[in-house]
Amino acid sequence: MSEPRHRLMDFVREEIMPHRFCSGCGCGTVLNAFTNAVEGIGLDSAKMVCVSGIGCSSWIPSPYFKSDTLHTTHGRPIAFATGVKVMRPDLTVVVIAGDGDVAGIGGNHLIHAARRNIDLSVFMVNNMIYGMTGGQVAPTTPAGVKTTTTPHRNVEPAFKVADLVVAAGASYVARWTTYHVFPLLESMQNAMSRKGFSFIEIMSQCPENYGRRIGLRTGIDFLRQFKEKAIRVDKARGMTEEELEDRIVIGKLCDVERPEYVTELQKVTAEQVDLLRAEKEKVD
Amino acid sequence: MKKRDVSTATDSKYRPARPFNREEFDRIRRILGGKVLFVQGDSAVSYGALLAGCRFFAGYPITPATETGEVLSQLLPRVGGVCIQMEDEIASVGAIIGASRAGTKAMTATSGPGFSLMQENIGYAAMTETPCVIVDVQRSGPSTGQPTEGAQGDIMQAKWGSHGDYELIALSPSTVQECLDLTIDAFNLSEKYSIPVILLTDGIIGHMREKVVLPEFDDVEIVWRKEPTRPKDEFQPFTDDGSQIPEVAIFGEGYHTYITGLTHSESGYPATDSQPDHHRLVKRLCDKIRNNRDKIIRVQRDYSDGGAGATGIVSYGVTSRSVNSAVKTLRQEGLKVDHLRIITNWPFPEKEVDELAGRVDRIIVPELNLGQVYHCVKEAAAGKAEIVPLWKTGGEMHVPRGIVELVKGRG
Repeated sequence: MSEPRHRLMDFVREEIMPHRFCSGCGCGTVLNAFTNAVEGIGLDSAKMVCVSGIGCSSWIPSPYFKSDTLHTTHGRPIAFATGVKVMRPDLTVVVIAGDGDVAGIGGNHLIHAARRNIDLSVFMVNNMIYGMTGGQVAPTTPAGVKTTTTPHRNVEPAFKVADLVVAAGASYVARWTTYHVFPLLESMQNAMSRKGFSFIEIMSQCPENYGRRIGLRTGIDFLRQFKEKAIRVDKARGMTEEELEDRIVIGKLCDVERPEYVTELQKVTAEQVDLLRAEKEKVD
Repeated sequence: MKKRDVSTATDSKYRPARPFNREEFDRIRRILGGKVLFVQGDSAVSYGALLAGCRFFAGYPITPATETGEVLSQLLPRVGGVCIQMEDEIASVGAIIGASRAGTKAMTATSGPGFSLMQENIGYAAMTETPCVIVDVQRSGPSTGQPTEGAQGDIMQAKWGSHGDYELIALSPSTVQECLDLTIDAFNLSEKYSIPVILLTDGIIGHMREKVVLPEFDDVEIVWRKEPTRPKDEFQPFTDDGSQIPEVAIFGEGYHTYITGLTHSESGYPATDSQPDHHRLVKRLCDKIRNNRDKIIRVQRDYSDGGAGATGIVSYGVTSRSVNSAVKTLRQEGLKVDHLRIITNWPFPEKEVDELAGRVDRIIVPELNLGQVYHCVKEAAAGKAEIVPLWKTGGEMHVPRGIVELVKGRG
């Protein structure tokens, strides 16, 4: 009798399993939620392109997710994804990368893609640290934390990346954590189903290179903290900035219809092709 | 209302560049408006790109390269393509790599400062063997330098700009006509060898207006990449079938292609801790160009009948124009001068320079920098002839008289 096969294995590059994520890492949870989301809305992985950058969470789609996959240079996945989406709008293009990649070195690409409202789904896994390189301060590391490059303490405030993306003009923005798996899954489905620039900030854990510095030694410790610190966006609305200090605002931060970039480009092309034909008919 | 019968780039069934037939080529020629045109080099590059089948351009404004993007933003939508302006040059190369992997011939254009920013993703294109064309309209550097002036200071950067070992192809036009012709060649070479190809024009040719004759369909070859022939489940994106050039699977066609800038095995998967895999990969990246150098390299020889006392001149790009004039004057005065014009800067035509060095006593290398191709010529000549540099910076061309005086020993 053959071994029973998990229904989601069709979405995973089995030949390079097992994965390399550390014990307790949040990346496995995100991969799980993502494959479930893809299966749940019936996406054909042959019609998907996953684009990622450099860092642990970039390994979620590349190489583990089985679609066409573009594992790019550090910080640049959204720029590469733009080229793919513009020429193949029929494909579902998803960017999964970390906070250092998307909001640190690649922050400029993020805000411009959001401003254009290009039909991409960007899932930013925020572990609040540069984990792959061994625990250096990130733009998302809270102030006061000691890291290998802020050995005394971090004096910079943490970037609220999802809020930035709302302000830049995205269609859909949400923030969830690896504790809130089912809302995260549903949010991913919403992001991939709708048109326009969708962004989910996924607060995740790195027990190995972040947790050990802040006294959270295991993945469970993080999940417990995410559960305690999380506050729904509707509740957070009536609260002051001081009250929200040290809390994680979760939920849908924005969901609006805006003109989508590739659709608008298509219109220009159609107009120009028509114009050219009219000119030609005039000559003929 | 009449139904749209023209497919656009954004129609999922549309294959922007693959079925490139006579009808499509002639359509582009008609849009460009006539057989003989009077245009500047930057425009000629745009026209060459359209004729070569380029249907995607992503760029960032920079003098003296901006016009290429401006012209393509006018024309690409008319031919069913897309032209977009990105937030910077890093993103521009990223976008053209993405578009190329999605099945489109794609190009960007920039000048020195932008070319410096592009090096990161040019290395990525070399490592992942993604066809694309990068136009560098050279201006005086370093740094911001002289934005509106021409120069030839990026020759070494074109070859060595990104880190690690790789080979690419760089072409140097010296006329506006060649800006068009070599852009078509650049696309063909990038598709044939699956690499980024650099077109090294400069601020002088880029902004110079000259007569351009559009080629006929029968005059040019239009190359499309080698697509997979094996069944999808057997396909590996980096298998060497003996040609050293991998098949390129296009996104969205069910190959589940895995493309990474990490050291990868033939399957495409990371093999970062394997010395043999890394060596095999990088060696092949270099060998696929080095082993085909005879097919790739183009030079133009304008040689005298040789003999004792002959002087050789090696030139490329805009400087060849001054050399042509100087050679004419020198020959009228009865001097023996051999002119080797380099069209393919990279891979460097070492054999051709060596051959010239065997014919002449000394070789003069005029260029608009403080010594770049001079070093390549010196290495290739290996002591067979004396190598005399003629350097100039500041944005002005070499004056033919300066070259004449140097050859006559009064330089």
